[in-house]
Amino acid sequence: MTLTTDKTADATTEHASAETIHALAAGLEGERHEPVRLAAHGLHLAYDKRTVVHGVDLEVPPGAVTVIVGANGCGKSTLLRGLGRILKPAGGHVELDGRDIARQRPRDVARLLGLLPQQPLAPEGITVADLVARGRHPHQGAFRRHGAGDAEAVAQALALTDTHELAGRRVEELSGGQRQRVWVAMMLAQDPRIMLLDEPTTYLDIAHQVDVLDLLTELNRTRGTTVVMVLHELALAARYADHLVVMHEGRLFRAGPPAEVLDADCVREAFGLEARVVPDPVTGSPLVVPVGRHQRRA
Amino acid sequence: MATTAPSTPAAAHGAGDRPAPARADHRRLALALVLVVLALVAVTVASLAWGARQVDPGEVWRALVDPVAGNNDHSVVRNERVPRTLIGLVAGLALGASGALMQGVTRNPIADPGLLGVNAGASLAVLVAIAGLGISTTSGYVWFAFLGAAVAAVVVYGAAQVGWEGATPVKLALVGAAFTATATSVTTVILLTDRRALNEYRFWQVGSLSNRPLDVLVTLLPFVGVGLLLALASGRVLNALALGDDVARGLGQDVARGRALVVLAVVLLCGSAVSLVGPIAFVGLVVPHLARAVVGPDYRAIVLLSALLGPVLLLVADVVGRVVARPGEIEAGLVVAVVGAPVLVYLVRRSRTVAA
Amino acid sequence: MTAVDTAPPTAAPDDAAARLAAARSGLRVDRRRRRVRTSVVTSVLAVVAVALVVTALMLGDFPLAFRQVVDVLTGGGDDIARLVVVEFRGPRLVLAVLVGVALGVSGALFQSVLANPLASPDIIGVSQGASAAAVAALLLGGLTGLALSASALAGGLAVGLFLYAVAWRGGLAGHRFVLSGIGVAYACASVIGYVLTRSDVQEAQAALLWMTGSVAQADWPLVRLLGSTLAVLLPLVALVARPLQVLLLGDQQARALGLRPELVRAVVLGLGIALACAATAAAGPVAFVAFTAAPVARRLVGDGGLALVPSALVGLVLVLGADVVAQHVLPADMGVPVGVVTGAIGGPYLIWLMATLRARPA
Repeated sequence: MTLTTDKTADATTEHASAETIHALAAGLEGERHEPVRLAAHGLHLAYDKRTVVHGVDLEVPPGAVTVIVGANGCGKSTLLRGLGRILKPAGGHVELDGRDIARQRPRDVARLLGLLPQQPLAPEGITVADLVARGRHPHQGAFRRHGAGDAEAVAQALALTDTHELAGRRVEELSGGQRQRVWVAMMLAQDPRIMLLDEPTTYLDIAHQVDVLDLLTELNRTRGTTVVMVLHELALAARYADHLVVMHEGRLFRAGPPAEVLDADCVREAFGLEARVVPDPVTGSPLVVPVGRHQRRA
Repeated sequence: MATTAPSTPAAAHGAGDRPAPARADHRRLALALVLVVLALVAVTVASLAWGARQVDPGEVWRALVDPVAGNNDHSVVRNERVPRTLIGLVAGLALGASGALMQGVTRNPIADPGLLGVNAGASLAVLVAIAGLGISTTSGYVWFAFLGAAVAAVVVYGAAQVGWEGATPVKLALVGAAFTATATSVTTVILLTDRRALNEYRFWQVGSLSNRPLDVLVTLLPFVGVGLLLALASGRVLNALALGDDVARGLGQDVARGRALVVLAVVLLCGSAVSLVGPIAFVGLVVPHLARAVVGPDYRAIVLLSALLGPVLLLVADVVGRVVARPGEIEAGLVVAVVGAPVLVYLVRRSRTVAA
Repeated sequence: MTAVDTAPPTAAPDDAAARLAAARSGLRVDRRRRRVRTSVVTSVLAVVAVALVVTALMLGDFPLAFRQVVDVLTGGGDDIARLVVVEFRGPRLVLAVLVGVALGVSGALFQSVLANPLASPDIIGVSQGASAAAVAALLLGGLTGLALSASALAGGLAVGLFLYAVAWRGGLAGHRFVLSGIGVAYACASVIGYVLTRSDVQEAQAALLWMTGSVAQADWPLVRLLGSTLAVLLPLVALVARPLQVLLLGDQQARALGLRPELVRAVVLGLGIALACAATAAAGPVAFVAFTAAPVARRLVGDGGLALVPSALVGLVLVLGADVVAQHVLPADMGVPVGVVTGAIGGPYLIWLMATLRARPA
């Protein structure tokens, strides 16, 4: 949160102050959630016959921020898709609220659990308001139209993600960063208790990366929303995670608080990278400083 | 750039998905080519040996190397089977190659060589020749068919090119379909009002290899040759275009020029084929899928293999049509879809792509 | 509103309220604008449709005045005018309307769910299946009238069922459906070609007429049949409209929002096939309507939505307008069927649309 003062450099977009976000998040429809449990038991995930995730057991801490990291191709996005029942397990199962997620009604699941894929697809010509409003789908019946409650949830999602000025714009006209925030807004409009996000900070500049992560943290703190996300940036992962999950070659390599999990050995084995791990000067969380091939003499 | 473009489709396939080194791909392609050439030889022999009239294989051979004037068997082989086999080879080659080009340039797996409106344009022109000018010989149709095909392609490509973003694959496909509908409407009006024209046109329209004089083939051969050269040269362009216009530009490909080149090749090949045998588009639809299933996403290999698979399918259809309906025969254009559709459905069913 | 950081911290709740207010008003404006555009497009199309209906009823061997047509439509009018409107011109007009609506909606469903602008019932074999069955029934079985329509219906539905069987492998994948459909379309075209070349040329011409699509054969029983079929199908379409809209976001996102994408796709395609089959059975495969209606409607509305109602209206205007042209603009003795005109009007219009496109095709 202390970083908010460094963000004046970006003059083109307006950033919300921490207090504004807090006020908005606290005012969101519904009170503090009862945390919902999400867990994977012996989960195998495969594309056709190629197994990508091998028997992962993972208990997502309810009401906390979990970040999954790992090298490219280690199966972290696949694991997230498995948790969000986008992929059917090739073995094992995922439990949501103590029951097998595959046996629950999709609509009921969608009210508890939202997922933002890495490269979502927007129909051509759709406006921001329309797109974000589609996040309300699981809350609407076949015959019930878009109501006042839906409109309010959409307005709050726009305000929270700094996209309230974009409501009438077409999604394809937006910059990459704006588009990414619109997608996050759509998930906020869905208002699930658990949010799964696959690299929600792609395409964002550093200030907006921090904005999105701050926003998710704020939702987590004020409303008890459980957040599970895949991140590439280890420094941000270590700083924002309550619970850090390191994947390696389709298996769960280590899991726990970032300070205990992330050390030079872990980075070497999971990423194949020589690195030093030093305390983050701002938060004290572990900060991975890579030792590149050309800089070893130090 | 010459080295980067061809290697990219494999890379685009996703890390770890296709770790096979290029050498294995080459071996696979070589094996496929050998098999297809063997199949081609086999169907050529079958096309010479089998027909409505039973001719002894030894007699077929003698007819080819040492013909006896006045021998009925020899005259059937030399005057009917040899020409239709040659025409089947050339037309199949043109249809197969142009189908691969068409799917590549529109990036749409449901494109066939007729999609540019080439078949509809040729059909309309032939019908005008029949109904308006009273022409009723196959060699008389040829130039009308060719002209119709060329005009169609120019109109379609031109209309797709002038608007926003130039001739994007979606626009090419839509404009081609629109042109086909328009031309078909005009064709229908003529057919509904001129019964004599319908009577001739319906036989031309189903597509057949029989009764096509060889001199037509000779006149069209240069067009097919140039078209084929262009087609084989287009593989690299299509590989670049397959990655999307932006990436293709980034790889140094002049997108508009590359596309125009491919379209030119399609017109030459498909225009020749439709002039020779009538509008048989299905060969060009199914053959590239077969080729892709065997050799993967490299368009240089797909175009080559499609060009060789085209005549195999067309001749198989022709031979089947001759054998099943003895003593009559069923036109190759009718048999092709019946033989090819199950192949296509099979390929589609086993394809692994999950996305819609 | 630019430098938030210069504002004192106590202003935060105010800022939050201001943002919320901005978001709310932005939503309202956007909603109104989309609604206005959609309703303008819809009303213009509806006005054109009504004008065409009245024109179609006025023109003919026994011309009626505008006043007379309006009188009959509002329940009055003299006996002769009523006879002309209700018995002579009514069936053909209503059939054109129903066929246009069915094909327009069917095309919109196909194109949105298969995410391929070439995917329409004319191309994936449904029309060809119906045609092959009808041509065979006509030329080999000598069937006419409702029996002919029933054969066409059976042929189209058989192709649809076959495509389901082939394309279903733990869910309905769109590309499998489309490609298999094209294969089937060609196979059916072969059957048609075979029958046409093996029959008497006069009969072949009759078959060709049927395959072009025509509403001239309309009578009230046929219209009632098609009307009641649509009365069942169209409400079902309205029911799947919202899930389908979510499906446009892609399978992953749709699943995340609580849909079963395969199921929605299967239901939507089933409805699209049923609509196309019903229309084709009644009037033959009227060329190009299903293919053009949706792209044109979407371009007019331009909000990335399904545009089902505008598609239906565009289909209606196209078929009805084409029939008016066929009956009254072209020489009467030509007896040009409506399908010729839809292709001859729709085709160039779509080409023109593409050539003058200033933004991405919607």
